[in-house]
Amino acid sequence: MGGFLKFFIRYLGARLIVCFLVIFVGVTITFLIPRLIPGSNPAEIAVRRLQMAGAYLPPESVEPMREALLKLYGLEGSMIEQYFRYWRELLKGNLGPSFASFPTPVVVLISRSLPWTVGLLALTAVVSWVIGTLLGGVASYRGKRLWVRVFEMFSNAVRPIPYYIFALTLLIIFAYVLRWFPAGGAFQVGIVPSFSSTFVKSVIKHGFLPALSLIIIGMGAWFLNMRNLASGVTHEDFVIFAHQMKIKESTILKNYVMKTAMPAQLTGLALQLGTVFSGTIITEIVFNYPGLGTLAFTAIMQSDYNLIMGITLCSIVAVAFATLLVDLLLPFVDPRIQYTGGAG
Amino acid sequence: MSTAILTVTTRLFRRDVRFRVSLIILIPLIIFAVIALFSPYDARSSYYAPINRPPSLSHPFGTNGRGQDLFWLMSFALKNSLVFGLQVALLSRVIAMIVGVIAGYKGGVTDQILIFLCDSFIVLPIFPILIFLRLLTREMDLATLAVVLAFFGWPWDARLIRTQVLSLRERKFTITAIFSGENTWDLIFREYLLHILPIVFATTINNMLWSLGFEITLSVLGLTPLDIPTMGTVTYWAIQQQAMVMGIWWWILFPVIFIILLFTSLYLLFVSITDFINPRERVLTR
Repeated sequence: MGGFLKFFIRYLGARLIVCFLVIFVGVTITFLIPRLIPGSNPAEIAVRRLQMAGAYLPPESVEPMREALLKLYGLEGSMIEQYFRYWRELLKGNLGPSFASFPTPVVVLISRSLPWTVGLLALTAVVSWVIGTLLGGVASYRGKRLWVRVFEMFSNAVRPIPYYIFALTLLIIFAYVLRWFPAGGAFQVGIVPSFSSTFVKSVIKHGFLPALSLIIIGMGAWFLNMRNLASGVTHEDFVIFAHQMKIKESTILKNYVMKTAMPAQLTGLALQLGTVFSGTIITEIVFNYPGLGTLAFTAIMQSDYNLIMGITLCSIVAVAFATLLVDLLLPFVDPRIQYTGGAG
Repeated sequence: MSTAILTVTTRLFRRDVRFRVSLIILIPLIIFAVIALFSPYDARSSYYAPINRPPSLSHPFGTNGRGQDLFWLMSFALKNSLVFGLQVALLSRVIAMIVGVIAGYKGGVTDQILIFLCDSFIVLPIFPILIFLRLLTREMDLATLAVVLAFFGWPWDARLIRTQVLSLRERKFTITAIFSGENTWDLIFREYLLHILPIVFATTINNMLWSLGFEITLSVLGLTPLDIPTMGTVTYWAIQQQAMVMGIWWWILFPVIFIILLFTSLYLLFVSITDFINPRERVLTR
């Protein structure tokens, strides 16, 4: 057992180093990209906005103003100075002010949207994964049943349709034609967020359609994936042998078929959780949901460096830790993978 | 070659429901797209018709809030989208075939480098990159977007082709051809191409589904040239100008119906062809 612990710590250490390396590289790239886009300097944009509003600015006052703005935004100095300052502030938990909605700090903006996104996406991702995987596993075994064929047909019908169109169709049918659900927002305007039953009811009602769209699409995909994986397993020798041994059907299904297909499915789930942030933009725009996706999109459109970087940072950290989590979990599901890294 | 294609098509048509359904939907769609060439209106113009009229005899699909006849607008959009999808598909097929054939045939270090390149492309997050690219080049026309998407759309298929070439390389006829002094290019173009083409065709359709989906997603965010009617931009304008709130249902209904028909038929075609090429990949159940 001591040996196992030693290997585990070494394995964990190696994975952690990789994880932090990924975060470091990601942060550096996201630092560079918005600064390399020409014509998107926020100080210039602010000055131009003033000029467009019709304010008369004497040329000699424009330059000091630009410098003052650059300093305010934390953009003075060379790129390298900015880079080091960025890391220093980042480690203190300060992501700087948002440029577009100055002087609100980026951290405030993100923490305002993050719960909605995480709540919606984490919930739907897990629910659709569990249902899809279970049904897919059972379906691979009981392929001839009517419900399997119906469900398969439904999954296949939904699959090719672009997510945006699917979500839009749901929105039109349920929010405009039937008027069962509201067409946007996260809760009723005018209700103060609290743990009262009216607020919770309102949140559920507003979140239902976006959640439904994500669950249907996700469940179909996981179902088909698991079915393909598991139906491959059902023809493997050890399953056929288990049949001849007259092992109980439910045991074969659970411990032989499903368990073998699990590592691939689990990896898929973790990778999906990592893409939560880029995957959410369309959902939030269609359903007008006030999450990170909408925030990211407006930030990109307004060249709001700090906000873009803050959101990307969240996303990079999420991806890096999701991968780390899978790496740590996989050996529990799949005994062929060991913490030692080699065949032990 | 052409007779072979004909026999395969008729056989698939008779046997496979999915193939039949997809052709029955797809052929009218293509005809509808071709009609765009005979349109009395200019594709980009607006306010040539009365606004927000429901479907009638003179405007079969009605008109939208920008004074455009939806029948002709959909026809233009379908044509532009199909052309766009084909551009992306053909260009990325060329890259995939070159990379796949070289990697599979050469093997060794070349193979490893090319496969590493493929894998790096596979893990790139395309969606954020495209948004950034779009910001970099404030004006990107549809053809440029097609080139950019093609640049990201080849790696999976290059891997598929490589696998195929790897197995062809081990067959007897390759050895016979090499020993009888056949030129490498002749071997690849005369012998291998026939074996690769079915995969190329199937992946063309899959690639079109991918790029058309991307076009719609980007359009919805307002990131494609919005004055050119495509499946995406038509939907964009309907949403942008609040068609649902104003109760102009036909403005949003027709784009959605056409998109669903197009994607479903292409997908069915893809599935049935893949099944035909590689029956062993079929999902087996007990």
